[in-house]
Amino acid sequence: MDLLTIPLHDAFAPLAVSFVLAAMGLNIHYGYTGLLNFGQAAFAAVGAYAMGVAIASFDVPFIPAVILGVLFSVLLALLMGIPTLRLRADYLAIVTIAVAEVLRLFFTTTNKDYFHARDGVSGFTSGFRNANPYSEGMLGFSRNDLWVMTVGWLLVAFFCLLTWLLVRSPWGRVLKSIREDEDAVRSLGKNVYYYKLQALILGGVIGAFGGFVGALGLASVQPDSYNLDFTFIAFTMLILGGAARVLSPVVGAVLFWGLLSFLQTLLSKLIGEWGVIPDSILNSEQIGNVRFMVVGLSLMLLMIYRPQGIFGDKKELAIDGR
Amino acid sequence: MAAETTQDQTNPTDAPDAGQVRTGREGLVGLENEPGVAKPDPIVVATGIMRQFGGLKAVDVDHLEIQRGVITALIGPNGAGKTTFFNLLTGFDTPDSGDRTFNGRSLKRMSASRIARMGMVRTFQLTKVLSKLTVLENMRLGATGQIGERFWAGVLPFLWRGQEAANTERARDLLARFKLDAKEGDFAGSLSGGQRKLLEMARALMVEPELVMLDEPMAGVNPALKQSLLGHVKSLREDGMTVLFVEHDMDMVRDISDWVVVMAAGRVIAEGPPDSIMSDQRVIDAYLGAHHDTDITQLDAEAVMAEAEAELREEEQS
Amino acid sequence: MVKSRPLAVLAALLVAVLTLGIAVGASPARADDEDESERTLTAQLEDSASGNTPVEGVEITVTTSDGDEFTGTTDADGLVEIVFTSPAGTPVTVSLDEDTLPEGAQLRPGTKTELTVSSTLSTISVDFAIGPDNRDVETKLDRIPGAIYNGLLFGLVMAMAALGLSMIFGTTGLTNFAHGELVTLGAVCTYLLNVAAGIPFLLAVPMTVVVALGFGWLQNRILWAPLRHRGTGLIAMMIVTIGLQFLMRNFFAYITGSRTELYDDFTSPTGKDFAGLFTYTGRDLAVAAVSIAVLTVVLLALSYTRLGRATRAVADNPALAASSGINVDRVISIVWVVGTALAALAGAFLAFQLGITYQIGQLVLLLLFAAVTVGGLGSVWGALIGSLIIGVLIELSTLVIPTDLKNAGALALLIVILLVRPQGILGRRERIG
Repeated sequence: MDLLTIPLHDAFAPLAVSFVLAAMGLNIHYGYTGLLNFGQAAFAAVGAYAMGVAIASFDVPFIPAVILGVLFSVLLALLMGIPTLRLRADYLAIVTIAVAEVLRLFFTTTNKDYFHARDGVSGFTSGFRNANPYSEGMLGFSRNDLWVMTVGWLLVAFFCLLTWLLVRSPWGRVLKSIREDEDAVRSLGKNVYYYKLQALILGGVIGAFGGFVGALGLASVQPDSYNLDFTFIAFTMLILGGAARVLSPVVGAVLFWGLLSFLQTLLSKLIGEWGVIPDSILNSEQIGNVRFMVVGLSLMLLMIYRPQGIFGDKKELAIDGR
Repeated sequence: MAAETTQDQTNPTDAPDAGQVRTGREGLVGLENEPGVAKPDPIVVATGIMRQFGGLKAVDVDHLEIQRGVITALIGPNGAGKTTFFNLLTGFDTPDSGDRTFNGRSLKRMSASRIARMGMVRTFQLTKVLSKLTVLENMRLGATGQIGERFWAGVLPFLWRGQEAANTERARDLLARFKLDAKEGDFAGSLSGGQRKLLEMARALMVEPELVMLDEPMAGVNPALKQSLLGHVKSLREDGMTVLFVEHDMDMVRDISDWVVVMAAGRVIAEGPPDSIMSDQRVIDAYLGAHHDTDITQLDAEAVMAEAEAELREEEQS
Repeated sequence: MVKSRPLAVLAALLVAVLTLGIAVGASPARADDEDESERTLTAQLEDSASGNTPVEGVEITVTTSDGDEFTGTTDADGLVEIVFTSPAGTPVTVSLDEDTLPEGAQLRPGTKTELTVSSTLSTISVDFAIGPDNRDVETKLDRIPGAIYNGLLFGLVMAMAALGLSMIFGTTGLTNFAHGELVTLGAVCTYLLNVAAGIPFLLAVPMTVVVALGFGWLQNRILWAPLRHRGTGLIAMMIVTIGLQFLMRNFFAYITGSRTELYDDFTSPTGKDFAGLFTYTGRDLAVAAVSIAVLTVVLLALSYTRLGRATRAVADNPALAASSGINVDRVISIVWVVGTALAALAGAFLAFQLGITYQIGQLVLLLLFAAVTVGGLGSVWGALIGSLIIGVLIELSTLVIPTDLKNAGALALLIVILLVRPQGILGRRERIG
């Protein structure tokens, strides 16, 4: 029974919401504009750290702290976009992956009075929790979780609506055209660089909201939550759902997060309770590695065999693979 | 819009006594067949344009003027640097040295999109229609000054619906003129090579350009469509636009161009009216230098075939 | 047929890697846990502020890689001796509790309260400096020659990996985000052969290179070649490389766990002083000599052999190369084989500096990208020069920024280069747009 209930539980929990938002941001980047951002974790991290540190160390109220987080993610987008968006797609990918790693090192090793190294930032949730309308938990979620989930899923709905409106507007038409052929768009007098920067910022800000939700769910901001795993899981979720569809990152993320949780539960049972797999092949520490190997393999296989995602139709493949 | 204002502003200053300036085709009468000859009413002036790839000088043009309101052809053997020169004029590539002006304004450090907004719009040798957009959406994309293309306005459809409807109407008119109206709902990717050329040209007109630059408009177009394409190019001139095109098809060059510029090995070697330029010794030498013992017309046929095949291969791969 | 190929290849790849890992790696790594040895840590604390008087009552803690803690306190002579057990060959952390320092005694500015000791000797001695620095002060200026030496050494080794990355990019246009993992492959494979299978290091390295040659061939055969033939786009392939990176990294983590391992051989070479400027070791010289030899051979081969010229022709213009009779597929296959082997060799050597951990790849990938971008993506000489620049830069940057952040310097240079000269030092403008 746990094999079903735990994954179902996890698939809607605060952490899953945080991945949904991260994947939605990547959908704007990769799905609609064709930008390769391999550092979505950096946006989530910058958002979460800015909010967390502002509240915990500087007593900034909750809403201004969130706005601060958004501002920092915009700055990050400018930092990564300005040098790279005039160049080949690889350069953005290289810089984003590098910035994400260096930021993680930065949060781990510097300004320990504010970032608290690996322990991370905590003590910033009271403002948010005081507004909690739930008096008790239900369905196995604590009342805090329920509150984070309510706000988180409302954010998801809001950003879905925003994305839906945008991709149907002339603005979205320019983005989709850039994805297909930048030069054609340029020849028609559109400032491609400017649109790419806007897309990078929008997707980054959505990613930062993923960071907020994750931080509120865990009640802490730790550097290791924002390693490359974060980005690649979000990427896999996006590809699974099928890029360039408004709801695909949501479906992909819930499905994939549920799947990962199922795998975790199953493997733990196989080595623990049921004792099917001997400890010499797999111990509890290694379950995480095996799960992530599955992530990597899924991403490869999806990209090779179903780049349009599970629900997409290859004929009207929204993403040109080249 | 922007393009029109520029024109209004520049014309009077350029030509205070407009009655005296010989505009359009008239202005070409009696000019010398010398490379770099000055035109009475130039829309584009290029000076000292140089572009090197590695050690190779791809383009090295001392001086070239393009007369406003006429159809100018840019010809030359393969590898003469025509397309590179095109890219340099339209901002898709930047010259290592030299500058070009459009309506008297320098294009130095100007992006391709900015140049297009100024009224100098190009098409591509290998057509760049957006195959995953419908024909109509391709056309709508061409319209400039769209409110809905701004991020915040994009979210609020009531701000841009009216303008979009007006653009759509203009797009449908153009599609009807280019006989693509029946296809407006189809994905552009489903069009034939010739139809793509037509769509690309129609889309360029959505920008409301003053100068239309066509890079090999006939390459890969089947003969049946060629005549109608020729007609469309001519009609651009009748509508008051200036046309500059690169072409290998000498029939087309002879048929529609008012002036021909010949490039070889990166330089402009001759220019003049089509009937006299074909017999110019320098032009013959340039073509013979590139391909021994070949008659110019025959050579062009070969070149077109080669281009068409290259394009076909490219399409197969995609 | 074509469709099932990549899957089959992937499966084969996975099986191959898994067997290698499980057969040699997984079990011995765990067996080490039981193989604990008793060791001693000694330290003597003296306060230079008061004429090197012993400092008494300071608490020193040894933390092993298992997380076990052993604590001792300095006696009247300032001496402390802590007996502890730790898994063989793993580093330990020694920390000093600053709160227990007696009144008036202060750690010398810049002295860390926590040291990581990777020595495998049975008696370890450490030193925490207390009081002002009265010795012949080593200034930042004095550290420059050493930093340059270390940077050049690191850059030389890294250049081998960068060369492979650049060659793959040059011939296929693909930016390989899994290249860092090929470096880890070299380190982990050498470790498994040396430590788990007990093969001497000098033999383990060539064996690793052979394994890498095979892996390079295999990955092209089962993954990249079928994808190329299907006409899969470069962006899609880049995402596949990211997937492979993730798969491989976690596979290595599965083998090594979160530990940082060391080879059995050559782990603590004797340092020799060079004209008072920097310290070098025989191991360094050997590593540098091998790297230079390998780089020279590859660069010469690219310039003077038929195959090398064919490679450069493919990098220049694949269509033209193909039409002039060059077997482009074969060239690309060889580039993958050679590139993988170069990366693995670099990994085998880099493990001396970085330790054997699954995180090598991620760390090195960033530096590799910085190196090839600075040098010029796709240029072989650029890869070499870029690596040396990055190597020296990150070592020199430790003079001004915390060592933990030294890789940020590489990133900063990467961004600056993209802003001012995106094609890199030796790259061509046409490649970037």
